[in-house]
Amino acid sequence: MSGEGTENVAGGGNRMRILAFCCNWCSYAGADLAGVSRLQYPTDVRVIRVMCSGRIEPPLMVRPFELGADGVLVMGCHPGDCHYIGGNYQAEKNHKKASELLGMLGVGSERLRLEWVSAAEGPKFADVMRNFVENIRKMGPLGKTPAEGEGR
Amino acid sequence: MTKNEKLAGVIQKTGAFNCVECGKCTSLCPITRVNPDFAPRLMVVKAQAGNVDDILGSKDLWQCLTCGRCSQKCPYKVKYNDFVRALREMGREGGTVPGCSEGGLLRSAARLMARGDLPQKRLGWVGNDLKTAQKGDVLLFTGCAPYLSVIFGEKDPDVLNAPRAAVSILNKLGIVPVVGNGERCCGHDEYWTGDTETFGKLARLNIEWIKSTGASTVIVTCPECFRTLLKEYKKVDPSFDVDVLHISEFLADKLEDGKLQFNKEVKETITYHDGCRMGRHIGVIDEPRMLLEKVPGLKLVEMEASGEDTSCCGVSAFSGCDTFSKDIQVERLKEAKATGATAVLMFCPKCRIHFKCALKGKLSCAKEDVDVRIADFLEILDRAL
Repeated sequence: MSGEGTENVAGGGNRMRILAFCCNWCSYAGADLAGVSRLQYPTDVRVIRVMCSGRIEPPLMVRPFELGADGVLVMGCHPGDCHYIGGNYQAEKNHKKASELLGMLGVGSERLRLEWVSAAEGPKFADVMRNFVENIRKMGPLGKTPAEGEGR
Repeated sequence: MTKNEKLAGVIQKTGAFNCVECGKCTSLCPITRVNPDFAPRLMVVKAQAGNVDDILGSKDLWQCLTCGRCSQKCPYKVKYNDFVRALREMGREGGTVPGCSEGGLLRSAARLMARGDLPQKRLGWVGNDLKTAQKGDVLLFTGCAPYLSVIFGEKDPDVLNAPRAAVSILNKLGIVPVVGNGERCCGHDEYWTGDTETFGKLARLNIEWIKSTGASTVIVTCPECFRTLLKEYKKVDPSFDVDVLHISEFLADKLEDGKLQFNKEVKETITYHDGCRMGRHIGVIDEPRMLLEKVPGLKLVEMEASGEDTSCCGVSAFSGCDTFSKDIQVERLKEAKATGATAVLMFCPKCRIHFKCALKGKLSCAKEDVDVRIADFLEILDRAL
């Protein structure tokens, strides 16, 4: 993750490592819409496209923190809109389990968020990104602040 | 050091050099019984022949349950567990990892705990009726129970009953045990899957925490934690000199002193599953039985494989679960059912989860052959107090 070199101006150098898992059918298309509409949002987020939010099981929500992430977003279709009928309900269950675990571990359940963004909600996508990144910046990087020059 | 030199060292150190290929290990191995392709003897033979890559790249490396059945009967005392563990360590260096069940969630949790800079909130299970302290003479090591209850809640909703019962029993004896957020995973699974680095970190953090509470006695409920704290922590830090006792040893002592008496009747016929860590690795066999005998109304019937000859629950360190594990679990449950008992008691939360999981899945036999209640040992004791 380090060595990208692009300093985030909006974050004032306070750059976070945030992963966003976006489902192929709604949220990723929402991200596309935010892009073609030229909506601005912080670049601290790395978007990973997955076929369904239900695919992101609790281990995949927890593992990023082990590998140095400061926040994880899981985004899927609105309830009832899932391309695979019920994947997002599964995502909800997975999210509950993982956030309970993260709370217990001291990572904090606030660092993991589940959001529904449809393909038509470009502005909402940008809003969620801005809001989540802001929250994570307030909390700061996970655990003790690492020594300077560690790629933040 | 090359891989072959390392392997030669492992063979020397663990006595695998002495193997005469008699095959007792293979004939006793619980895995071989259900999976004829797996053979502990073959692994040793391959090692002696110097086929490093063959061993380290094979799935067999992670199949061993480290139950210790083979070493127990080995006429030349080959330390097979240490042998496999050292090979796993080498395997990890070369990039092979176990196929963790549950997506490795528990491993991730342990590695996050090993960071040491995240303040845990693991005491949600301590209700108002339980008295615990932050500092004191007696410390209760509860193990991964809070985490297991989140991860495996659907399979076994009662995981937390064990630590609750343990605190309740100690309270009834007038002891307020230290239970704290500073406790971390004991590192048992990391140790046995060759992740020595994480294990070392966890052990040092736990030792530091135990020292900071001022405790001189550490009471452990989980057999895996018990084995790890008792046998492995001193190797990490020689200054770790507190008394590590299994709760059954501690209570059996109180029984002899006359401080512990069971007054309430528990009318049930039960059997007791020792588990490999308690029964074979350490050999705490009589104490749990002494306690059960003193409970009025309780009748203990033994399974065929018990005590130091106990059988394994089929999964070790969550390093994989397959049809072979299920076969072993169903066999064990059949054995328990055949005794005529209505419940099978055990200390190990992981054994309990594995057995309950086997009962929930598709069974390879009739339901009534394995239909036995899987219960926690301490829960029954607490009911009798």
